Amino acid sequence: MSISGIVFALCLFAAGGLFAVKMRKIVRNIRLGRDELINDRPGERWATMARVALGQGKMVARPIAGILHVVVYAGFVIINIELLEIVIDGIFGTHRVFAFLGPLYDVLIASFEVLALGVFVACAIFLVRRNVLRLKRFWMKEMTAWPRSDANIILVAEIILMGAFLKMNATDQVLAMRGVDPYVAVGSYPVSQFLRPFFEGYSDGALMTFERMFWWVHILGIFVFLNYIPYSKHFHILLAFPNTWYSKLKPSTQVANMDRVTQEVKLMMDPSADPYAAPPADAPPPERFGAKDVFDLSWKSLMDAYSCTECGRCTSECPANLTGKLLSPRKVMMDTRDRLEEVGRNIDKNGSFQDDGRSLHDRISEEELWACTTCNACTEACPVNIDPVGIIMDMRRYLVMEESRTRPALTAMFNNVENNGAPWPFAQSEQLRWAEEEGYR
Amino acid sequence: MSDRLKVLTMAEMAANGEKPEVLFWVGCAGSFDDRARKITKAFVRILHGARVKFAVLGVEASCTGDPARRAGNEFLFQMQALQNIGTLNGYGVERIVTACPHCFNTLKNEYPELGGNYQVMHHTQFLNALLAEGRLKVKGGSFKGKRIVFHDPCYLGRGNGEYEAPRELLERLDGELVEMKRSRARGLCCGAGGAQMFKEAEPGNGEVNHERAGEALGTDPGIIAAGCPFCNTMLTDGVKHHNKEQVLVKDIAELIAEAADL
Repeated sequence: MSISGIVFALCLFAAGGLFAVKMRKIVRNIRLGRDELINDRPGERWATMARVALGQGKMVARPIAGILHVVVYAGFVIINIELLEIVIDGIFGTHRVFAFLGPLYDVLIASFEVLALGVFVACAIFLVRRNVLRLKRFWMKEMTAWPRSDANIILVAEIILMGAFLKMNATDQVLAMRGVDPYVAVGSYPVSQFLRPFFEGYSDGALMTFERMFWWVHILGIFVFLNYIPYSKHFHILLAFPNTWYSKLKPSTQVANMDRVTQEVKLMMDPSADPYAAPPADAPPPERFGAKDVFDLSWKSLMDAYSCTECGRCTSECPANLTGKLLSPRKVMMDTRDRLEEVGRNIDKNGSFQDDGRSLHDRISEEELWACTTCNACTEACPVNIDPVGIIMDMRRYLVMEESRTRPALTAMFNNVENNGAPWPFAQSEQLRWAEEEGYR
Repeated sequence: MSDRLKVLTMAEMAANGEKPEVLFWVGCAGSFDDRARKITKAFVRILHGARVKFAVLGVEASCTGDPARRAGNEFLFQMQALQNIGTLNGYGVERIVTACPHCFNTLKNEYPELGGNYQVMHHTQFLNALLAEGRLKVKGGSFKGKRIVFHDPCYLGRGNGEYEAPRELLERLDGELVEMKRSRARGLCCGAGGAQMFKEAEPGNGEVNHERAGEALGTDPGIIAAGCPFCNTMLTDGVKHHNKEQVLVKDIAELIAEAADL
């Protein structure tokens, strides 16, 4: 193995190792959430994943962003086939090891090139949409400096990677045409052939340096990118798949039942139950009602938080947000992830979580929570089936059942439901007034 | 029809050893809200006209618990649910129809986990079935040339995937059915869901119902059709806000009753 082969292998190992370490932390963080068994209807789950994640089924609801995204996505997935060749070449010092595939190789390289150009153009348009046209959903108040930079870093990185790939191919062709060893005239280059003129004036030695430089920029760029994404909103490229597999398949407006409350209510309604019975000595401590912190949310809500790429489609469809309320479903997801990462750092530092006097409620205010109409426009809009309403519901439950914090009118509504079976102060005995006043009784 | 419309309760039917074809779950708005009561009355006139043997719970009726659950009070929701399930199962209820998508969603999706299993229909689904069976006939003449725009209730459409039943009914009116840009799965909420109906809106720079009513009025309709008593209230207020009271906000049941001369 050559020196460059050893350097490459070390880089590959380091990149893979760092990524694995971060992934383990993220898996650990997601598992901090409440247990919830999600494995019913597997056929429907695979179909949902195929349609929504693999097939980008919800992206095209907004055609411009949707189609551009499909280009970047297809480019990302397919160009990574090239990665296999790069890794083999890098370790064993070969050059274009798959060239023996002949016409198939031509087709592959040609399609990579077309896609690379597509990705390049799409990312450039995305940068314009974010920074020049300043689309509203990319400049809302939760889109502070870091989320905006994160998006731009990713787009610029993709442009650099694609540029390096195309320039690598262009220099490679010039060298191959001059018959320089080991460059071989294989592959079809529908895009980079137009870059050749820029390189034809250079000496063989300079071109070989360029070619190697672009090769290293491309592959090291991919390694850096790989390790950047778990810290970034861009993590959705991996989590979109499991997250859609674990989608809520029940009707979106169906609120999850709290079985523990069912036990208690049944006990309350059972005339033969002993109201003074002490729980058995070995009973586990009672779980909290609703969500105070990330530990109280379902692990799926935490995976949702890591899957969010902050596109803001949820918020742009949210009736509360559209009318100037504080609530933004995207912010709910970002806050959940930020808090979860904070808890994760706490665990890294202390071995186990040490109370830091903070909770998810420090980030998501009551005013935000009480603005939700549970209309599920956000869950419908989300291209990776994230459910912000689930988090909002769990947090409302904590406010009401643990802290008795609610809006005064809601307290009145609770009292009415409890006392007269309707959210308004009308007596249950009046239930048939409508029929009586028409003589239907 | 010669026989008089008489609304019976489950208790009265049970006392006579009878069982209705369907239980009409009236809901809080349908019982107590002045506007929604008109919907309730229109719907029972249709049921009567179609000779549907129905009953209501009457004084045994109690809130499904939907607003309590959505406002975070799971205890109260489950107390309501378990009591109601006790009542319904006690009468051996099998089929329920309701004109409220919130009651519909709760009865259909949330009661089974607590032991209440019923065939639950939204009234637009039930009316479609009556038309299909030939038990109900409508003539659309009086709506000819009228532009009608339908507002999808979130809990019927997005929540439960029912977009067609209300539209099929409206098609029968021979009016001109128009759509808002945000309709079906992307329909904009009226602002009442999630227990918002029972509280002041949180501070903002506008009201959801004004926004939605504005969008509906943008289609230049003669009638805004609703399928939910809360949407109806919100849109009626929204239309007033835009000073367009000549545009009527009507429940589909009211429109069908009118078209069927009931």
